[in-house]
Amino acid sequence: MQISLPKLFLSFLKIGAFTFGGGYAMIPLFEREFVHRYKYIKEEEFEDILVICQSLPGVIAVNFAVYIGTTLRGKKGALVSGLGVTLPSFVIIMTIAAFLYQLVDHEAVVAVFKGVRVAVVVLIFSAGVKFLKQNLHFRGVFLAFLTFTLIAVFYVHPFFVIGLLAVLGYLIYIVGEVNTHADDNA
Amino acid sequence: MLMTMLSMFITFIGIGAVAFGGGYAMLPLFERMIVDTHGWLTNTEFLDMLAIAQVTPGPISINSATFIGFQINGIIGATLATTGLVFVPVILVSLISHNAERFKKSRLAQGIFIGLRPAFVGLIFASVYSVAGDAYVDIYSVILFGVLLVLLRGFKVHPIIVIVIAAIAGYVIYI
Repeated sequence: MQISLPKLFLSFLKIGAFTFGGGYAMIPLFEREFVHRYKYIKEEEFEDILVICQSLPGVIAVNFAVYIGTTLRGKKGALVSGLGVTLPSFVIIMTIAAFLYQLVDHEAVVAVFKGVRVAVVVLIFSAGVKFLKQNLHFRGVFLAFLTFTLIAVFYVHPFFVIGLLAVLGYLIYIVGEVNTHADDNA
Repeated sequence: MLMTMLSMFITFIGIGAVAFGGGYAMLPLFERMIVDTHGWLTNTEFLDMLAIAQVTPGPISINSATFIGFQINGIIGATLATTGLVFVPVILVSLISHNAERFKKSRLAQGIFIGLRPAFVGLIFASVYSVAGDAYVDIYSVILFGVLLVLLRGFKVHPIIVIVIAAIAGYVIYI
């Protein structure tokens, strides 16, 4: 049975509005909604979508929503899903932004934000440690260090560094392939 | 203002197009473009924006783009920033969703990730490096860093609770 467009929109709206902790926190909720609850998507298919959405640039939650929307209801499905997942953020953030700067001169708000800034750096640092643990081999640490040095020390533009690392990765892959074939022939 | 709008839209399209690895890996791009290149936010405003993006529901990068766009030019700015950010990825997703099998076997996609995965790590630490100076202003903030890190990684306290604790600590220390 086909899912209706309003239902698709509401499913994504609900997840967008109530998931704290960013896009990664939404993935299990997408799975519950579309694989387990409504059975519109098979488990294996969901795994594939996850891998593909993580391999593409952009916002993972939006990529996911557009992918699922396209699969279920084509272009219109992609549109309502993408809108559904982003609309809550959009409204909430604009509401906060509209009032925040009327408060910033307030002494208590200034004090609170001095503490909060520390927490934000802790969260970013911790995300870095988590990703580092997934790349704990010589090549991974070396390439991570190279990226850091180019951007932080030599102030090379991140756009350029990302391109460079993509090319390096591809070259490593090709060389690895050639070596494997050489071993096969030996 | 029209030029600012246009340059903001293009900036966000560019960020979205190369932002592999999701929200956190995107931060150095945001930081370099929004704070350094265009000066649309200061470093401390950038940190405050991130805090708000964390404690509100939704994807962090969408929250950030909406906030930045809104600061620059209200609702139109917010719409342009958010649309720009997802522009290229959404086109890619619609194309690839019809060719999933081919993409999965693509040697190019597998190859570039050998470089991009470690690049995320370097990118994230580069963000830490550049924003830390504005967060660590005295000995209290360094101590708070240690305490919060232990809570987050050692005791697995939820990130939102960590931010709330930091807010209370900030109030107690600096008022």
